Parts: sequence; structure tokens; C-alpha cells
Amino acid sequence: MIAAIIRWLDERFHLDDLIAPFRHKTVPVHRLTYWYFFGGITLFLFGVQVITGILLLLYYNAGANEAFESVQYIMTKVRYGWLIRSIHSWSANLMILTAFAHMFSVLFLKAYRKPRELTWVSGMLLLFLVMGFGFSGYLLPWNTLAFFATKVGTAMVGQVPIVGQPMMIFLRGGPQVTGATLIRFFGFHVAVLPGLVVVLISIHLFLVQRLGMSVPPKIEAEWVENPSARREMKFFPNFMLREMMAWYVAVGVLGALAAIFPWNLGVKADPFGSAPAGIKPEWYFLFMFQTLKVIPSKVWFVDGEVLGVLGCGLVGLLWLLLPFFDSEPPSRPKRWITGLAIFALMYVAGMSVYGFLAK
Amino acid sequence: MSGEQNIVAGSTRRRAIEYFLGGGILATFASFLYPILRYMVPPPVADLGVNEVVAGKVGDLKPNSGAIFRFGSSPGLLILTSDGTYQALSATCTHLGCTVQYRGDLHQVWCPCHNGIYGIDGRNISGPPPKPLTAYDVHLRGDEIVVTHKREA
Amino acid sequence: MDFLRNKFRLLRAARTVGLAGVIVLGACLGYGQTTNSCLDCHSAMPDPLGVTQEKFSQDIHAQKGLTCTSCHGGDASSYDPTVSMGAKAGFKGKIDRKQVPQLCASCHSNPTYMKQYDPGLRTDQLDQYHTSMHGKRLAAGDGKVAVCVDCHSVHDIRPPSDPRSTVNPVNIATTCSRCHSDAAYMKPYGIPTDQFTNYKTSVHYQALMVNGDLSAPTCTTCHGNHGAVPPGVDKVQNVCANCHVFQAQMYEKSSHKAAFDALGLPGCVVCHSNHGIHQPSDAMLGTGPQGVCMRCHQPGDRCDQARVKIQSGLMQLDGAITQADQTLSVAEASGMDVSEARLAQTQARDELIKARVTIHTYQQALVDQDVQAGLKIAAKDQQAGKDAMVERNQRRIGLGICLIAIAIMLAGLWLFIRKIER
Repeated sequence: MIAAIIRWLDERFHLDDLIAPFRHKTVPVHRLTYWYFFGGITLFLFGVQVITGILLLLYYNAGANEAFESVQYIMTKVRYGWLIRSIHSWSANLMILTAFAHMFSVLFLKAYRKPRELTWVSGMLLLFLVMGFGFSGYLLPWNTLAFFATKVGTAMVGQVPIVGQPMMIFLRGGPQVTGATLIRFFGFHVAVLPGLVVVLISIHLFLVQRLGMSVPPKIEAEWVENPSARREMKFFPNFMLREMMAWYVAVGVLGALAAIFPWNLGVKADPFGSAPAGIKPEWYFLFMFQTLKVIPSKVWFVDGEVLGVLGCGLVGLLWLLLPFFDSEPPSRPKRWITGLAIFALMYVAGMSVYGFLAK
Repeated sequence: MSGEQNIVAGSTRRRAIEYFLGGGILATFASFLYPILRYMVPPPVADLGVNEVVAGKVGDLKPNSGAIFRFGSSPGLLILTSDGTYQALSATCTHLGCTVQYRGDLHQVWCPCHNGIYGIDGRNISGPPPKPLTAYDVHLRGDEIVVTHKREA
Repeated sequence: MDFLRNKFRLLRAARTVGLAGVIVLGACLGYGQTTNSCLDCHSAMPDPLGVTQEKFSQDIHAQKGLTCTSCHGGDASSYDPTVSMGAKAGFKGKIDRKQVPQLCASCHSNPTYMKQYDPGLRTDQLDQYHTSMHGKRLAAGDGKVAVCVDCHSVHDIRPPSDPRSTVNPVNIATTCSRCHSDAAYMKPYGIPTDQFTNYKTSVHYQALMVNGDLSAPTCTTCHGNHGAVPPGVDKVQNVCANCHVFQAQMYEKSSHKAAFDALGLPGCVVCHSNHGIHQPSDAMLGTGPQGVCMRCHQPGDRCDQARVKIQSGLMQLDGAITQADQTLSVAEASGMDVSEARLAQTQARDELIKARVTIHTYQQALVDQDVQAGLKIAAKDQQAGKDAMVERNQRRIGLGICLIAIAIMLAGLWLFIRKIER
């Protein structure tokens, strides 16, 4: 029966040529193969976000007067609304976590080196966009925490010299965070960012298919020495089936989180109220936030916050261009980049914990 | 083991796998699709009741009387005056938060907690209340009395 | 350019311009300043003769154009003491305390005169004062009682609306207590001096001074200001009734009114005290130190029995509301949304307040009506909380089923992978 359907499609799509590369695609098998899963999991979680996001669109109302109440409506009156919304919120956080894990694993496995520099660049841009998703989506329930987190976050953007203020006004839809900001963020979240992400994912996946999976240099060296040790697995169906197992585990985790720890609603935002004490951004921005907090208010003659924001921007740009600093295979990867990678991981993890614990 | 037993064992195992896989796919997709399908069916209460609410029907109120209705998450007071006009106000007293009521004998809104008095337009007239009551817009839609927040000018 | 050559003409021109300048400058500086010889000397004097320009400029009379001579007479333009403080200029010197009310009233009781300054100001203060305890005792010759300047201050009198004024609502109690809390000063009169101390423990003080509610009562709210007198024993509830309408109406129709009137007891004050009015609690219905009923009633009589029922009803409702609150909190902590029930809880609490007000009818049946209404709502909310917990458990069961389905799927996939890789 399935064979008949495939034949019908093949006659109309000429599937053979399309599927051929997939039939031959292989995945290297070694002790670090499990890290290859993270890209797929991130993609899967993005799919979950799209589906739950579209479902939320059926009931969500973007506007300062209705947003909070509509989310409350989804959580209380809509059947399984609590499930869809909690999955959406949890999956967002999980996706950012797996995206970071994916990035760091690529970094440590040296998979960004030539010819895969553009895969890295498109991936980093995707990471920035995903964090943009997180930032814009966080405001949509229009509760107190989200309102003030957005206020603080967009104010940071305003610190950039010359272009900062116009950028901030563009993001906020005005000089202050208001209902206009909410509508704008909603537009970014459901139209602009998805469009950009789809394009970049297509490029990213196309490059991965085209260039194949990279093998970490040390393991590659071992295999060159001992060619019989080289092992590979067919992508379809072997690796695919394993990925599906991982995806099912992810669904289970999401369901458990949504049922046992439903995402809370908070209190409706009051633009004229005062910010709650100890306001902090979501965990994935904590390392940047904490960095800005520890920079002294004046460094030499430069304002500390401006320095921090520009510094973050510069680090982001250099990180984007990282592959162009490393050596080309088959030369050994530069050791200082490995050291930098370890430092980056420690820094992000450490500053996040520090930011979480700090008052 | 003999060849025959191998084949039998193999087909039993294959069937077990098929059951697991088929059953698993069915069960998981059912447990995913069921909530999604139920979600898509709109609940009976379609409105949020935040921006506008049906406070009552024409004929519910007698002239020169008032009734409490729910507006969003706080109470509202609907008044039908002696000359037949409807007025809707927030029913939370601006002094210490008690629920006010309409006094037909005074033709005024009264708070029983500390004797605060407001006019029908919500203005605080005497007693402790420091601020007027928020006034809402009232429209008649058929025989429904619809209360909405005041339009910004 | 020609005139520059003539130095003399230049010098003479400069001198004329300079002189004119000095005159203009002096005129500018002196504009609006009439000579006030009183302040010029008295601002340099020590107390009690000292009044500084700085202090007097805060006075509303000074701001309206009146000056020392308006009250004290005399001639402010002369620096010669025999002229400025002479009898010919009508100098009155220090005004004797007993003359003060009459002096102030010479303007403040004249409606035509006061209209030009503030048509909204009352002009019956002196008449009121004559009816007050202070006014009566002053007429009898007692110079120790309060006169206008004792409360309103002198030389820096501010309007009552000014928060720095001694007669602004937030300051009145302190002003009254200057005499009324001074045990030595008040000894001849034989009245208590603990009013301010007691008032500071009251809910009204809390509302006024801590919460900033300017509508809360202070001394003058109940006693009057110019006509200050303790409300008569039989008039106390009229005063309280100005704000606490329901309680007063109920008390009026109750058995206690007739009884207290017959015994000459001061109504509300009997149970609630006059100055140290605390937040009432259900313990007032009990038999402990805060209990008020058993001060008069006999244990075991029908009133005592009613009291027990009233107290138990109220405590039952209070307990039911608290229990429902707790159940709702647990449900909320598990992630369930119970906002509607929370809203209904405020209604239940309203019923409890109503029940407590109804105590003043002293009829247990009426109190019970409100208690039952409240219990119904609290029971509904408790049920809502329990339903939320049931739904929470259902969600966990649903999750369990889903996880089992996933586990089956994972097993199936694993077996399939093993099969095709053998």
C-alpha cells in the first residue's frame, strides 16, 4: 500500500533523483556521534514552535488591552489551551538551549572549518534570530515581568552610539514601550522572524546536505592511520530512526514539563507602575545582562554601558566570523581557538549562574 | 536451533516489532492529535469580557434602580435613572475598595462602608472618597445593554 | 566725538548719570517696601519679644498685606519708641490672652470684611467658640484654656490646608495634645490626659498618619474645632454615624440603645472605646481579655448563649474562607488557573464584613443570615479549588498515558533499528 503511494508520487515528482542524495548520505560513527543529534532536535523543536504558535494564533489577541486576557483565556477556557501554551513556552526555552548546545558542539568538534564556514555563519545568524524570537515572544503575554524586561532590553539597544536611539525607537514603535511595541513585536514574532528563519534554515540544511557531515580532526587522524576503524551509518533509515527516537523523547519531556510545571501567567502589565525589584531578563540573556552589570559605570572616559553593549556586539561579530580565523584542513586546528571556545563556554555558563543567583 | 524454529522465532519477533511500531505510531499520534483537535474547537464562552460586556437586558432594571454586573475582573454598577437613561460606572469605591450601590431614595451612588457619596456621573460628592468612579459607555444593541470602556477622544 | 574733547563736560555728565542711577536703584529696591519699624527692631530681639521677618513672611496675614499694627496697633513708620509704641497711635502691646478671641473676631467675624479676602471662609468661629468648653471657661475667668493663638499659632499662621499648619488634619492631634497630654497642666480639671496616647494606637490614627487617608477622623472630627466639646454621652453614636452609617442604624433600633441610654452609657464607646479605637476582632465576642459582652452579661443567660452562637458563626465563616483560600493556593501552585474563584472569594469576604456589621443588631438570627450566605460562596470556592486539583490529576494521568505511548514507540523504534542493523 505504501509502495503504491510512493510509486504514484514518483511518477509525478520523479522522486528518484530527488531522493538519491539522501539514499547515499552517510553519517560518521564514532564516540562523539551523539552530538550530531542536536541540530535535528533544534529543527524539530522549531517545528513544534510553528505548530503550537499557529494554534495559539487562533485565540491570541495582540493589543495592550486584550493580550494578557487572551492568554488567560487560552490557559483557562480553551480546551487543552494550557497544554499548547505551556508547550510553546517550554519548547522555546528548550530550543534555545539545544541551539546553544549545537553551536558549542560544532565549535568543539571543529565542524566549522573550511569548506563549512558558511554553514557556521548561517547557523550563527539563526542563533541570533532564535534569540530574537525569544525576546519578541516573551513580551506577547503582556505581563509585568515581560514589560519591564522589554523596557530594559530595548534600552540597552539605545545605548549604541549614533544608531542606537533610532534603532530603539524602531523596536519600540515610539520612545517608550507601549501597546505599539506589543503589536510590532507580534509582527516580528509571527511574520518577519519566521520568514527569515525559514530562508536561513533552507540555506543551512542545503549546505549540510551538500557538504556532508564533518568528522572531528582527532578522529579523522585516527581513521587515516587505521582505515579499517572508519565506520559510517546510512542516514536513511538508520540515523533518521535514531533521530526520531530523540524527537520522541523531546516530545515526552515537553509534555511532562507542560503538565507538571505549566507556564505561569503573571500579573497584567501596568505601564505606569514601577519596575519590580531585581528585574532580570530570561536565562538566555542573563550572561550578557550580568556582564553589563559588572562593568563599572565609567571605564576611562567611556560610559560603561555603552562599552558593554558595543563589546557584546563586537564579540558577536567576531564569533560570526570565527571560521575565517582558523586553519584549513588538513592542518591542525589552531589551539587558541579551542582555548577560546572553552573560555566562552565557561563564561556563558558562569555568568548565567551568577546572574541567576545575584539579587 | 533448527532452521524452522529460527524462521518462526523471526516472524514472531517481526510481528512484535510491527505491533510496537504500528501501535506506537497510532498511540502517539492519537495522543498528539486529540488535544490539538479539541483545542481548535472554540469554547462556549467566545468573548473575553474585557473590552465590552453585556450587562443585562432591557427590562431587567426598573427606573431609578441599579444592579451590579461583572466587567473584566472587577464589578460594575449599571443604573437606570428615573428619566430612562442608562449609566454604567466602576463599582469599586475609590476610598478603600468596597462595592458601591445605587440609592434610589437619594438618586445618588452610595458606599456603605464609610458613607461615601457619588453623583450618577461618578463624581465624588461627599465623604471619604478621594476620586470619582470611572464611567463607562453604554449602548443598546437590540434588547441587550452593552457596556464598553470609554472611547479615547 | 566733539564732546570727548571737553573733559569737564564729560565729568559733569557722568556725575548726573550716576546720581540718577542711584536714585533709580534706590527706588527699585525700595519699591513695595513700606517701612516696618516693628520688625526692624523686633527681628533682632531674643524671645519672647523676637519675631523675625522670615517667620512673619510665612503668615497668611502678612501675605495678604496686613502687618503688626493691624493687631497690635502703633505706628510702624517711626523708629521713635514713644511714637511707634505710643498711646496716640493706639498701641496695644502684648494682647492679653482673654482678649485674643475678641481681637481675632474683630475681623474674622465680620463677613463684609472677610469677603474681600476669601468669600468662602466661615465667620462664625467666635460664636462657636462661646459654646465650647474652652470658650465657657475663658468667660468664667480661666486663662489657662486654649484661645485662638494656642491652636493656630501666632505670627506664622498658615491656612489649615497647608500641611505645615498646626491645624492641618495631620497635625491637629499633636496640637491638642500640647495641653491635653500634659498631666501637670491639666491637673486642675480632673479629666484624663491619655487621649493622644490612646489615639495613636487607633485605626483612625493609622489611616490618617500612616496610610495618608485625610478623610480619617482626628480630634476635631468628633469634638468640633471652634466649638470643641466632648459629644454628650447620648450623642456619641450620632458622631460615629457620620461615617459608620449601617452600624449606627442597626444600633439605633437595637435593644442595647434603650439599655445604654437608661444607664447613661455612651453608646459606641462602651465596646469600642473613644480614643483608642482598635481594629475590631472576633475575640471581642469571646470571654478573654478582649471580650466586651461579658463585662455586663451573665454567663449562661440567653444573651451569652446568643453571643456564643454569633461568635462561632463568624469564626466558622472566617475559617471556611481561609480554607478555600488555601485550597486555591495549592491549585495555583500546581499551575491551575483559579482566578474566577479568587474573585468570588472577595464576595465571601464581603459577606463576612456584612455579618460583622450586623452584630450591631444584637440579633443572632440576622447575623446568621449573612454567615450562611458567606458560607455558601466559600463552599463553592472550596469546591472550585478541589475541582482544579482533580483536573490537575487528570492532566497527570493524561500525561502518563501519553508517556506510555511514547515509550511503546521508542521500544518499537529500537527493535526496528536493531533488526535492520543485524
